[in-house]
Amino acid sequence: MKYVAPSSVEEAASLLSSSPSAQVFAGATDVVPQIRAGRPAPDVLVDLKKIKELVALNSDGDKWTVGAATPTAYLTEDDAFSHEFPGLAEAAGLIGSDQIQNRSSLGGNLCNASPAADSVPAMVVNGVRAVVAGPNGTRVLDVSEVVTGPGQTALDDDEFIVEFEIDKMPSRSGDAYLRMIPRTEMDIAVVGAGARVTLADDGSIEQAVLALGAVAPTVVRIPDAEQALVGSTADEETLNAVAAAASEACDPIDDKRGTVEYRKQVAGVLAKRAVVIAIERAEQRNGTN
Amino acid sequence: MAITEENPGYKWVGTRPIRPDGLEKVTGKARFGADLVLPGMLYGKVVRSPHAHARIVSIDTSAAESMEGVKAVITGADFPDLAANGAHPSDIDVANNAIARDKVLYEGHVVAAVAAITREQAEAAAKAVAVTYEVLPHVLTVDEAMADNAPLLHEAMITKGVDPAPEEPSNIASKILHERGDLDQGFGEADAVVEREFSTKPVHQGYIEPHAAVADANSDGRAHIWCSSQGHFQMRAYTATVLGVSPGTLKVTAAEIGGGFGGKTVIYLEPLAVRLSQRAGRPVKLVMDRDEVFRATGPTSGTRIKVKMGVSKDGKITAAEVWMAYEAGAYAGSPVGAAGMTAIACYDIPNFVVEGYDVVCNKPRVAAYRAPGAPMAAFAVESVLDELARNIEMDPIDIRLANAAVEGTQASYGPKFPRIGFVETLEAIKEHPNYTAELGPNQGRGVAAGFWFNAGMMSSATVHVNENGTATVVTGSPDIGGSRQSMALMAAEELGIPYESIKPVVADTETVGFNDVTGGSRVTLATGAAVVDACRLIVEDLRGRAAKTWDVEVDQVEWVDGQAQHVDGAQPPLSLNDLAAKSGRTGGPISANASLNSRGVGAGFSTQLCDVEVDPETGVTRVVRYLTAQDAGRAISPDYVEGQMQGGVVQGIGWALNEEYIHDTEGVMENPSFLDYRMPVASDLPMIDCAIVEVPNPAHPYGVRGVGEVGIVPPMAAVGNAIHDAVDVRMTELPMSPIKVLEALNENDG
Repeated sequence: MKYVAPSSVEEAASLLSSSPSAQVFAGATDVVPQIRAGRPAPDVLVDLKKIKELVALNSDGDKWTVGAATPTAYLTEDDAFSHEFPGLAEAAGLIGSDQIQNRSSLGGNLCNASPAADSVPAMVVNGVRAVVAGPNGTRVLDVSEVVTGPGQTALDDDEFIVEFEIDKMPSRSGDAYLRMIPRTEMDIAVVGAGARVTLADDGSIEQAVLALGAVAPTVVRIPDAEQALVGSTADEETLNAVAAAASEACDPIDDKRGTVEYRKQVAGVLAKRAVVIAIERAEQRNGTN
Repeated sequence: MAITEENPGYKWVGTRPIRPDGLEKVTGKARFGADLVLPGMLYGKVVRSPHAHARIVSIDTSAAESMEGVKAVITGADFPDLAANGAHPSDIDVANNAIARDKVLYEGHVVAAVAAITREQAEAAAKAVAVTYEVLPHVLTVDEAMADNAPLLHEAMITKGVDPAPEEPSNIASKILHERGDLDQGFGEADAVVEREFSTKPVHQGYIEPHAAVADANSDGRAHIWCSSQGHFQMRAYTATVLGVSPGTLKVTAAEIGGGFGGKTVIYLEPLAVRLSQRAGRPVKLVMDRDEVFRATGPTSGTRIKVKMGVSKDGKITAAEVWMAYEAGAYAGSPVGAAGMTAIACYDIPNFVVEGYDVVCNKPRVAAYRAPGAPMAAFAVESVLDELARNIEMDPIDIRLANAAVEGTQASYGPKFPRIGFVETLEAIKEHPNYTAELGPNQGRGVAAGFWFNAGMMSSATVHVNENGTATVVTGSPDIGGSRQSMALMAAEELGIPYESIKPVVADTETVGFNDVTGGSRVTLATGAAVVDACRLIVEDLRGRAAKTWDVEVDQVEWVDGQAQHVDGAQPPLSLNDLAAKSGRTGGPISANASLNSRGVGAGFSTQLCDVEVDPETGVTRVVRYLTAQDAGRAISPDYVEGQMQGGVVQGIGWALNEEYIHDTEGVMENPSFLDYRMPVASDLPMIDCAIVEVPNPAHPYGVRGVGEVGIVPPMAAVGNAIHDAVDVRMTELPMSPIKVLEALNENDG
């Protein structure tokens, strides 16, 4: 196994196209344990952390760009980012432990394509876009399009994500992410729920996006819950409808981490709670942006 | 802190100095089992069974043997057949568990081992060992194992403890029974009776350091073993048995140990490493992965327990009936015996029957785990007692006080208790502010108590006075819980010199007299007593030397504050330093040995108070406040006593809430990693509050009882009782995971 650390996107792209069994990594918090656990090692491991734009967090007039290999600790430690996207920052701050978060990245968390990845539902509700580099230049995908199944992505073998684009949070909007784990850290989501809402001037919900993790092969949106919320003030009846829609949207498995029944019931609970938190945050972002 | 007898003016005992092993540990210098590297050393790898139960048809090692770098391959056939030699059945079990001969009895059971120049070569060779199995039907739980016509693990196993002995073999290795009084009469006198059935899963000790051993065999038949264990004399004895050699041919050096909790009192790798080293003619290192630790070492039993208890209106327990079946894993020897003795030992109960079964099944052989057997029984008994207290509207501490065993009580397991401190632990809880702290929404409070015998057994110690008046205290008890500090504190007290002037050392099997394992909470008691005895011999010697120097009778000399003083002050005092410097002229080096089979074990009791908050919509339980009161007898080293108290509680909380072995239907463990075997992490827990109770053990020079184990006995019931208090569901299965709690809540709602 060879280790290479290209210093530019172009160099990385050409490495990938010239060696068929090359594998990129960012923090290696998934790749190395997987190899140690017996997954066949690639011929070439390509370290993306030495490429400048992949480890960067920037904000311009209307969007944030987050390098795909940027340690998630950068997001949680950045006051401006974590105030604007508290749900996404919290999701990033739930990955592994403090030590892991010095290495783990949004790009790695997404491309590892675990159904339970914490940052993905939070990225999906925020409409995050992935800028993908390959031998023929770059293309842009919605994060929701990247993962196609457990361990599977829409990226070609010679492609990798350079950065994420996140439109600035509009005023009267807020996001939230909650996950259920039996412990408080060092664990994998049994259920994860992300929500983002935008409020109208009258306080009713103008826009709502909900996404669940760990309850289906990929992150699932909950259109029925979103429709129920729009135009409402998220009264108890609406929230119960959200919970019911969330439970219904699940297609979970029974495994050592949770049962189908438990995951469905708790998906409803977390979806409801995430909406309530997102609304509170939206109310506080009254014209501050 | 509740202290019933004042500290009689000790200078060192009861203080909190810096621990002697601290610097090496925090700087990474301490050498654990896997750290040793010898010149020419090979790396070994063990081949394990993928099946829960199978007959070994054949093992073909030829491909592995011809691989690059491979220097030795061994199988069960490379070890003496103890059964054919008429060995004791328990020795045969030890040998067959170390490496299978004709049958594998659990997934992870060793069938072969290899040694090669590199780790990668060893791993590749291990994969190339071709084992042909005839897979047999398996049993995973006591229910399956005790069922009619269950497949048998051991075709000749006849249940012991049943008269007349059964004619047919079964998976029940033995039965235990404790009885007193008349059950029917007792239940007839009860105003409230509760009967419940409980089940618990196997849980692992979860020591952070995996098992590791290095062996260096000589061509003369001798061998040196370095390993991480709770007792290198025991490792020597077991290894000699499996190899069929005299213990004296083996030298075992104890590495620094990263946790044991009972699980490192047994052998796994040592005989394999020696045999590989003999075959290869080079030193061999074997280290387990975490996965192997889970699959093949020490869980404690999964259990099924039924408890029926009755109380009168004033809270007196009138009768108790306990039925228990404990999984032993692959070989006889679950801790059901201790469970039967401890189950109701906290209480003075006139009428009882305690019945228990030791049941083999196709899981790894259980090993000791902190108060082996007692925690599961206490979970059942203390849960039922909690329910009874609620039924008669009595305070949970008061109902325990009404029945508490005290000095003179005939213990449920036989002897009369000497002075014990159970009542004092109950009072310590009641007096603590936590007992009346306000509870928030969805919060609840639970009480539970526990008993553990504590052990004595055999220990040796040697004390050397160095030429500058400092001292070296040598024992053979591996330090898993702070014993080096305790030895140094007691020696400082005895010799009257500063703690810092004493170097406590754990020596190898050839350098100090025999020591039983570090287990049973026995080291501060028994090895401590040996240290005290040796120090007293030193003091006698020093008084004699001072008398000789002053030309007076020895009874004219007293030993005070580290110096010899003439009773009348007729001579200027002689310090230990003075006497040590002149030792050549007063009889030679100053040194003493003491060996003993410990007198006067002092039983330990713990009462605990747990506050939880339950999320009624997700079933998640968080411990928000926790208090443990435990009778230490005397806390020689309060820091370590609190560490032991807190450690027991934390392991108990893990056992209560999330830890469990999960097996698939084929008997393959599904969660052999710390990710999915969910021990608590630091952020899961509040600070565990400690109330050290000191009711001195009259049979120990400092009143020590031993503190390592009883702390893990009450937590599962304390947590379960708190959950009941919070959300009105009675949890009878461990772990009380979010899934199970939510199920119970759903049933309540439905």
